Amino acid sequence: MDRRKFIVAGLAGSAVSCARSKSPWRFFSMTEARTLEAVCAHIIPRDQDPGAVEAGVVVFIDRQLTCFYKPLQKAYRQGIAAIDRESANATGRAFADLPAASQLDLLRRIELHPETKPFFDMLVAHAMQGFYGDPRHGGNHERASWKMLGVASPPLRGRA
Amino acid sequence: MEDARGGVTALAGAGVKRVNAVVVGAGAGGGIVAKELAEAGLSVVLLERGKWYSAFDCRKDDLRNQRTSVLGNAFGPDDERNPRVAVDLKGRARVVRASGPGYSNNAACVGGGTLSYGAMAWRYMERDFRMRSTYGPVAGSTLEDWPISYDDLEPYYEKAEWEIGVSGDDSGNVFRAPRRKPLPMPPLAPNREFEILQPAAKRLGLHPFHIPMLRNSVPYGGRGPCMRCRWCVGFACEVNAKCGTQNTVIPKALATGNCDLRTECMTRQILTDERGRATGVEYFDAHDRLQHQDADLVVVSSAAVESARLLLNSKSPLFPNGLGNRYDWVGRNFQGHSYTGAFGIMPEDIYDDLGPGASIAICDYNHGNPGLAGGAMLANEFIRLPYQFVGMLPPDVPRWGQAHKNFMRSFYRRAIAVQGPTQEMPMFSARVEVDPAVPDYWGIPVARLSGDKHPHTIEIGAFAAAKAEAWLKEAGAVRTWKKLAGPGFTGGQHQAGTCRMGDDPKTSVVNRYCQVHEIDNLFVIDGSVHVTNGGFNPVLTIMANAYRASDHLVKGWKGTRYR
Repeated sequence: MDRRKFIVAGLAGSAVSCARSKSPWRFFSMTEARTLEAVCAHIIPRDQDPGAVEAGVVVFIDRQLTCFYKPLQKAYRQGIAAIDRESANATGRAFADLPAASQLDLLRRIELHPETKPFFDMLVAHAMQGFYGDPRHGGNHERASWKMLGVASPPLRGRA
Repeated sequence: MEDARGGVTALAGAGVKRVNAVVVGAGAGGGIVAKELAEAGLSVVLLERGKWYSAFDCRKDDLRNQRTSVLGNAFGPDDERNPRVAVDLKGRARVVRASGPGYSNNAACVGGGTLSYGAMAWRYMERDFRMRSTYGPVAGSTLEDWPISYDDLEPYYEKAEWEIGVSGDDSGNVFRAPRRKPLPMPPLAPNREFEILQPAAKRLGLHPFHIPMLRNSVPYGGRGPCMRCRWCVGFACEVNAKCGTQNTVIPKALATGNCDLRTECMTRQILTDERGRATGVEYFDAHDRLQHQDADLVVVSSAAVESARLLLNSKSPLFPNGLGNRYDWVGRNFQGHSYTGAFGIMPEDIYDDLGPGASIAICDYNHGNPGLAGGAMLANEFIRLPYQFVGMLPPDVPRWGQAHKNFMRSFYRRAIAVQGPTQEMPMFSARVEVDPAVPDYWGIPVARLSGDKHPHTIEIGAFAAAKAEAWLKEAGAVRTWKKLAGPGFTGGQHQAGTCRMGDDPKTSVVNRYCQVHEIDNLFVIDGSVHVTNGGFNPVLTIMANAYRASDHLVKGWKGTRYR
């Protein structure tokens, strides 16, 4: 069992034993996570290599929001709500339900708008951390980005 | 140790052994001072606010280390207990976290920055000690000569190189200041970047050479050589091949039996008597109990921000503005380095995964640049871990999306970076103060950092960046982009300048022996005393000066006091 599966299994176990929510998330609601995954899928899209969603970027952010990024919980709650509000105002639908092209258009507006820009910039930074950073923090699942870049892990010695 | 750490509060000094010297800070400077004094027979207490980490604490966590601290500092200080106040260029003050931007962090642990540094081991050049005489006054800057010369430091540079341990080969550096002995260890075998950049530099008429590094390339000092992994700068070395004070002089100090190292001890203030002499320090121990340590002399080695903070926080009726601060020079001339240079994309894959990565340097542009007061050493950069590379992309590449991912995938293994630390023009207005309103966890007023960068520093940086770009182009880079310096004070791991060394008490804090002008048993021995900070990483100069100041102190030691 690899680390991730172990953690997922542990979460599932605790959910059953505590009879709490079935949500796999530590901080996000299911709706928030769905929106965030849809946003992150544009920040680092999937192509021949995994993208942000496949690499567990939202898992990374969710986990950090309960520890090192705890002070940012409010910013995430409001920031994700703002994205869905923008989406609802413009199209009448939740962000995650829009077609990809419309999502991208909306994100470009969100990136430039002075009210939503700070959250979006922070989200981009965190997505990059989750995607390119160390798998121990919940992202970069199965070292997806390191494989993409051709960075050996664990490093091999003696090839000089 | 038992008596000082026992359950009895030792405020009155009862039960605490008076010692000859208390050294505040176990970093590059303090570790050496403790060892030199202990070996000379003085009893020493070495206070360190951080912990003592080992090679097992390497962790290789690319989001939590001393260089990339987005998930915290690996080796302190911790965010919870150690805020500072940073004032931006518009005068807005904000409280900053130790791992966050604007904090000017240096590690807080035994070894200080030397546990996790990249370990470049530069001797400053002769002109770095004579900036004012060489270049004349620079308007708006407190540019000045050091009261000592390169020749005064040379024997101690040598001592640092041989006692702490330096590998490299600077024989190709025609600009280097004279040295009597070569470096004790050969350089590491060249990596791919070295092989690309060396011929290119020679074609340009430059003088490339192997960077001197405080890193074992062969077994030395009872420790093995570098295994060339990619987690170097910002990390504790997993195989203990980097040479810091924590694995060299501090164990030697302890081995004398004369040195008592107390970790997780936060010094609150230096105590003085009615005659104006230092009598010891007050500190909070690992259990937050206020302790009192009497000493014949006090050495402050806490790095430029914290040393200035400690002097400023040590107020008494005789010293209402803090110690050594009669003429308002403590905390002034706060400086560090901005790194400028260039990135290049090579026509093919050149990533060889051979750490530390930084391998080749030139000193052709440190001095003698037309119209500039100084310059910078240029070297190829340490291995860029994937997340670090995200922040280095060219300005026209989108920050996210498919184009960003494409760039990362196509060019990560084809990139080279060349950069260097810009010689700074010191600013009187760039300063460390203590904040009247914000205390730390122990109730001690925190450091408040403010000031700007001299415009000429930015010019020098732009010049160095252009030269780095030209070097990369000559090396065959198909695409290059520059990294320039922005406004605002520097500081950070290269922090210096806040307790300037000088002969005139009216324009400096300590004399040439690092003795505070108005208090003859109080010393500041770290980067704070640097008058100017060179176009180089400052650590070997901090070490050499610590050996020199300790040597003087030991020679003048008269049993219970210093003359």
